[in-house]
Amino acid sequence: MEEKILDMLEELCGDSIVREDTDINLLEEDLIDSLDYTELLVSIEEEFGIVMSPSEFTRDQMDTPAKIIAQVKARMN
Amino acid sequence: MTLFGDFYFFIWAALLLIPAVILGLAEKPIKYYGALVTAVFIYMAMSSSPQAIVNLVIYCLYQLILVNAYIVVNRRKPRNGLLYWLFIVLSILPLGVWKVSAFVTGHGIFAFLGLSYLTFKSVQVIIEIYDGLIEEIKPFDFLYFLTFFPCLSSGPIDRSRRFSGDLNGRLSRAEYIDLLGNGLFKIVLGMVYKFALAAGFYQAITWLGSGSHMINQVIYMYSYGLYLFFDFAGYSLMAVGTSYILGIKSPDNFNKPFIATDMKDFWDRWHMSLSYWFRDFIFSRFMMKAIKGKWFKNKLTGASIGFIINMGVMGVWHGLDIYYIIYGLYHGVLLAITEIYQKKSKFHKKHKKERWYKFISWGITFNLAMFGFFIFSGRFTQLLGLNG
Repeated sequence: MEEKILDMLEELCGDSIVREDTDINLLEEDLIDSLDYTELLVSIEEEFGIVMSPSEFTRDQMDTPAKIIAQVKARMN
Repeated sequence: MTLFGDFYFFIWAALLLIPAVILGLAEKPIKYYGALVTAVFIYMAMSSSPQAIVNLVIYCLYQLILVNAYIVVNRRKPRNGLLYWLFIVLSILPLGVWKVSAFVTGHGIFAFLGLSYLTFKSVQVIIEIYDGLIEEIKPFDFLYFLTFFPCLSSGPIDRSRRFSGDLNGRLSRAEYIDLLGNGLFKIVLGMVYKFALAAGFYQAITWLGSGSHMINQVIYMYSYGLYLFFDFAGYSLMAVGTSYILGIKSPDNFNKPFIATDMKDFWDRWHMSLSYWFRDFIFSRFMMKAIKGKWFKNKLTGASIGFIINMGVMGVWHGLDIYYIIYGLYHGVLLAITEIYQKKSKFHKKHKKERWYKFISWGITFNLAMFGFFIFSGRFTQLLGLNG
């Protein structure tokens, strides 16, 4: 699952750094914007069947690859 | 009395907030006392119009019934699209009645202070019930969330789950002192913004911006834009600061909007609680539906239409007057152009981190934003003879 999310992020951000540094701040580094975030939520829904709502999390709960993985994991259990 | 607007308000606020501070320092819940203060201030702010108070009470009870009914309905038929839209329409109905009647007749049916802003809060709750994020409504928390006096008239637009968390959470004495200090600082800064700086720019509008010469229009545009910022940011700072004293961390509304280097950056800094509301409840949802349903072949086309719809609705929310609608569409188109340019332009990708490029981008953004306020003010469409 982690691998799949990292794949999604790498494609969205167009940068393999998300794989190397999973604590990188995607917002501050300008790697992800509102539109990418929306696409990420759709990909998560289609891949894992988990509906995540755009207003569910504040941006600082979803601003690094590690946090995103943790939130998806929390929802899968 | 006007909330955050006149001398009496501040005298009353200084007196009535003392017990809140004592409760906060004693690590006791402030919520019940806070609700009492809210009731007192609503009465004082609306006492000149008893009808408005009645309308507010009807509105709150109506919304309370609506959200409770929707919880039951959504439990029986989870995520039913038709019922969801029915409840959204019912939730927006009071605002719609008021906006349309005000536009058509000049004096709206069912008006009261804060109706436009309360609608965001009501609709948010309906949407999050649909999403399964809200499963129960505590009547006290919901009514206090809707009417919380610091944010009643013009925001910032808080979110119900966040608000309830603050309301029912506990702050240690040290945490409360920290919050209190920040709150007082925001109130003082807000007063400087609103009563010194905004008032100063207002004078510039009146004295230098009123002629019909080109130079008057230019002065009007910049001084109106700066007036709008200091007036609204000043009010917002005071509203957020006052919330803090009551133990509620209302979201900030402005983050140095005039240092923005592109229009997307600008909306990340200007009236943030509004733009984030539109992002979370309109733009993102439209885009998710569009992506899932493969409505658009090209990603950028979808995004552009998403931006224009999003900002168009924002314009209409301000009012049905032509200049608000043009204002919304103007920003929608600018965001779409920004998105396309940033994704497509090699020149942008190559130079975006360089100083000179950032400086030029900043200059363009600042002037585009100022021109937006010129439209918003109604002066632009007046010049074009469109105001009717």
